[in-house]
Amino acid sequence: MTVEFVLNGKRVTAEATGDTVLLDVLRNLGCHSVKCGCETTNCGLCTVWVNGKSRLSCSVLALSIEGQEITTLEGVKEKAEEFGSFLAAEGAEQCGFCSPGFIMNVLAMVRELKNPNIEEIKEYLSGNLCRCTGYMGQLRAICKYMEHMKEEVHS
Amino acid sequence: MLTINNYVKAKSLEEAYELNQARNARIMGGMLWMRLGNARVQTLIDLSDLGLDQIEETAHVFRIGAMCTLRQLELHEGLKVLYGDSIAESVRHIVGVQFRNQATVGGSVYGRFGFSDVLTCLLSLDTFVELYNGGTIRLSEFINRKRDKDILVSIIIRKSNRRLKYDAVRRAKTDFPVLTCAVVAGPVHGKETWYFSVGARPMKAKVLEKKWSIPRDISDGLLMDYAKEAAAGFDYGTNMRGSAEYRRHLAEVLIRRSMHAILMEE
Amino acid sequence: MRVVNQPVPKVDSRALVEGQPVYTDDLAPADCLIVKLLRSPHAHALIQDINLTRALAVPGIECILTYEDCPDKRFTMAGQSYPEPSPYDRLILDQRVRFVGDAVAIVAGTGKEAVNKAMKLIKVKYEVLEPLLDFRKAKDNAILVHPEDNWKSLFPVGADNKRNLCAHEEDGQGDIESVLVSCDYVLDRTYHTKANQQAMMETFRTYTHLDTYGRLNVVSSTQIPFHVRRILATALDIPKSKVRVIKPRIGGGFGAKQTAVTEVYPALVTWKTGKPAKLVYTREESFIASSPRHEMEIRVRLGADKNGIIKGIDVYTLSNTGAFGEHGPTTVGLSGHKSIPLYGKAEAFRFIYDVVYTNVMSAGAYRGYGATQGIFAMESAVNEMAGILGMDPVILREINMVKEGQTMPAYYGETANSCALDRCLARAKKTIDWDNKYPYRDMGGGKIRGVGVAMAMQGSGIAALDTASVGIRVNDDGFYTLMVGATDMGTGSDTILAQMAAECLGCDMEEIIVHGVDTDSSPYDCGSYASSTTYVTGMAVLRTCEILRRKICAKGASYMNCAPDDVEFDGEKVLNLKTGESISRQEIGNRVMCNNEDALYASEAFSSPISPPPFMVGIAEVEIDKETGQIEMIDYAAVVDCGTVVNPNLARVQTEGGIAQGIGMALFEDIVYNEKGKNYSNSFMQYKIPSRLDVGEIRVEFESSYEPTGPFGAKSIGEIVINTPPPAIVNAVHNATGVLIRELPVTAEKIYRGMKNKEK
Repeated sequence: MTVEFVLNGKRVTAEATGDTVLLDVLRNLGCHSVKCGCETTNCGLCTVWVNGKSRLSCSVLALSIEGQEITTLEGVKEKAEEFGSFLAAEGAEQCGFCSPGFIMNVLAMVRELKNPNIEEIKEYLSGNLCRCTGYMGQLRAICKYMEHMKEEVHS
Repeated sequence: MLTINNYVKAKSLEEAYELNQARNARIMGGMLWMRLGNARVQTLIDLSDLGLDQIEETAHVFRIGAMCTLRQLELHEGLKVLYGDSIAESVRHIVGVQFRNQATVGGSVYGRFGFSDVLTCLLSLDTFVELYNGGTIRLSEFINRKRDKDILVSIIIRKSNRRLKYDAVRRAKTDFPVLTCAVVAGPVHGKETWYFSVGARPMKAKVLEKKWSIPRDISDGLLMDYAKEAAAGFDYGTNMRGSAEYRRHLAEVLIRRSMHAILMEE
Repeated sequence: MRVVNQPVPKVDSRALVEGQPVYTDDLAPADCLIVKLLRSPHAHALIQDINLTRALAVPGIECILTYEDCPDKRFTMAGQSYPEPSPYDRLILDQRVRFVGDAVAIVAGTGKEAVNKAMKLIKVKYEVLEPLLDFRKAKDNAILVHPEDNWKSLFPVGADNKRNLCAHEEDGQGDIESVLVSCDYVLDRTYHTKANQQAMMETFRTYTHLDTYGRLNVVSSTQIPFHVRRILATALDIPKSKVRVIKPRIGGGFGAKQTAVTEVYPALVTWKTGKPAKLVYTREESFIASSPRHEMEIRVRLGADKNGIIKGIDVYTLSNTGAFGEHGPTTVGLSGHKSIPLYGKAEAFRFIYDVVYTNVMSAGAYRGYGATQGIFAMESAVNEMAGILGMDPVILREINMVKEGQTMPAYYGETANSCALDRCLARAKKTIDWDNKYPYRDMGGGKIRGVGVAMAMQGSGIAALDTASVGIRVNDDGFYTLMVGATDMGTGSDTILAQMAAECLGCDMEEIIVHGVDTDSSPYDCGSYASSTTYVTGMAVLRTCEILRRKICAKGASYMNCAPDDVEFDGEKVLNLKTGESISRQEIGNRVMCNNEDALYASEAFSSPISPPPFMVGIAEVEIDKETGQIEMIDYAAVVDCGTVVNPNLARVQTEGGIAQGIGMALFEDIVYNEKGKNYSNSFMQYKIPSRLDVGEIRVEFESSYEPTGPFGAKSIGEIVINTPPPAIVNAVHNATGVLIRELPVTAEKIYRGMKNKEK
């Protein structure tokens, strides 16, 4: 069967069977930023946006997103680079394997939450595991990024 | 490994129900738990187009569509006004936001999972489930039924003067719970009634009703006795996450704390 | 310093934050054979029969290999310098299976569906044998894990497969028994650490293909490309010249990938079929058939005089290496040699160990590599001694710790040339506000907060063994190519090596291109393990730069028709000191492409006779719910002495990451087997690594000593960072509640039971 949907602003079609998941479809379509880190929904590496909401692409059936809008890191390049530079300035993109899913969820978070405090930030991102950094550098990058965005709004 | 031969987005509940009567048909919730199993599904039925993803509030009830996500439950203002933070508390530790943007209330309830925070919490309130074929029945009855070929359409919480407190113990912050506990107090036919729902025992949630009249200034010791009696009304088991003895102790502590919090609220 | 000791961003940061396809699975061709392994459901069995008929008939199946297709020559998968201390106890596929999950057949086909289908159709008949699952009963047990005659040990490590022994040794100095007898206080305690998974985000994966010359090309998520080359050549029984190994970006390793976990299977498929093949382990496979930390039971006897001076230390380690011996003989040594030396006033020490085989998954290398387990035992014992003496555990360490300049008899007789451990302890104590928080504070509401302390050491490379070389070439316009064999697994080693080169060569980071790792073209490096990269590869960088600078000067001098002694190179130009004439690096780089016989290339190797230890102190503050025993991380103060800090950002992130892993080891992580040897901890759902809600606050600072033998005074940092949390947290729990936990992980239930027992 085929499924047609909008990927990063462009109409695409993909082959899928009943149990094909979005993660595999996206990687086959060249979106290599989307990673598979586990089989049990725990790691968050596969996080993409479905109609703007963070979801786990490992558990989204490809056939269920007919006509819907899917966004991966490849589709938010500018915003990703902007936040990514704050990560890089902390040295907090270590192996980089958790980075795409993490960045997607951070960008979703800054859209959804107004002025989150540290606890709220941590809780929003709790589904994104990282084994390299101990999470502190990621938090520093987020705080600096949010400061930077506030300044941008004011100027 | 889960295999699915056919995927159908149902255009009506009637169609969904008809398709679901086939032996190897399954209704899809968030696809988060089903994907972990080894079911060989002939027809997978998706209810996403049937408008079941809304939380409707009337003067008398909250009607939570089966396809509402846990995240919707977490953020719903109306539920917050009535029950404080406890509804949100029962879901906010579950894996992460991406997970909760997808996991459905219907899936959690239909699954009747032992580890379910959501089930524990809903069971303590005046909650009903609306079944397509089987009508509206109490959640406390539904929870004891075996899975069948009916469709869970919505979860209904009847509004009344109930104070709710939810708590759970976990080993790691986003892990399955070691024990879940929801305590509710309120007048039922004029008599002060307490409901104790304890889950992840590791067995699924069960609810006890006690017609207790407890003064606000009750001593710690006496409150502990009440909590012990409530906790004794449940069975507990041992697994990787904890022993039965420890779970019983946790139930006593969580019940007492929740009762105390409710008494202080008044 | 201009570049070293600066928080330079990683050279690969852009690719990583943009999600570029730079990892193994991104690089594998879309149409390569998919390889999967059929695994044993039994912990110990002999394969009597494998029926492949129906499986081979599945369309798309290219081949299915069993033990009958594999050479009967044993090898090791351990990433170590040859001759490896780890026993040669592996076959690619063996008739005897030795743990639940052991490989039984290699299935290769043109797609996942075909391969999964075929796997279900393979019929295996097993003769099920009794498994040996209790490592305490393994030595001299009637059940032998490796009874085979062609089992080999290349090295005298005290191995004996007929006794289930993978290694045994006895070491010491002084008369431990008489010293202990003379002590006023003697403590005898046993501690138990568990197998833990590295759980890096990218699972194990390899893809292989034959190149134009019929050579086996291997692209793998590995820390040990050069060792993989040798391991594959040995396993396949082909010349080493026929194997090429390439390391792309890796999604983490922490030692897991210091064992050649996946490479041999697709390699065999490609070698037999001539076709490209790819094996990607699922997360489940990465939990049940990986290379976790060795489970160890460590008995510590400490003797102290009435003033609290620790005079005698006696350690016995029993280490569980599982079904195969990778890193078995080597990790165990650190459990004593990198814990005992922390105490500089001991008059005698003894260290004895046994490493045993069992029928569980084979253990391997995980950050800390035995020191983590040994330090848990040692620091816990010292903390218990403090309790017996009625002494503050910080003060006990202040009066006993090893000091700079001291010889360390238990550390191979090396001298602590650079040691700021005293300053680390003082600073950590201050940062956490120890004096106001020790031993505990009642926070009200049934919560109590306690603090606990631990010290740690590690090494910098393996002395007189680890060898690293680099090559640096001058290109057009004078930019440099830095070719390394060291494997950056996300740590940023490519970056810090470039920083060192930029510092030596007097240029900017942008002028240095880091290239690695391809065994065909990269200079030899043992690989990224044993905390060798900063120190050993770093010194190779310095040596190489020195030679290259001389060559640049000589070339510049010849272009200016003067003597090399008359010129100086400032990084940008070669200057004739007598005439003031100069020639730029850019011009030299361009001119040497014509009419030139002096290649502007240098390549030097380095190996160190010593392994200068980094040191560290960690202080944990935890909050405990007195009724439920639940424990929460509140704060962690860590102070590290890694000599000169090459990149403060990266060193800080490494430390924070290591502490998080240590918190996981202390509080959450455990591998649980059932009575038949089946592993229940087979997913992130069951094996809980810390989420960002679990780690609390982590504060990292550096107290730098200066290591005279290290690049710019640097020592390494990669492993030590995981060593302090388990004992510090156990100490904090004890200080808060009086409960002593000697077996990890610390759980709320253990604390609750401990408190209940104290009440009785």
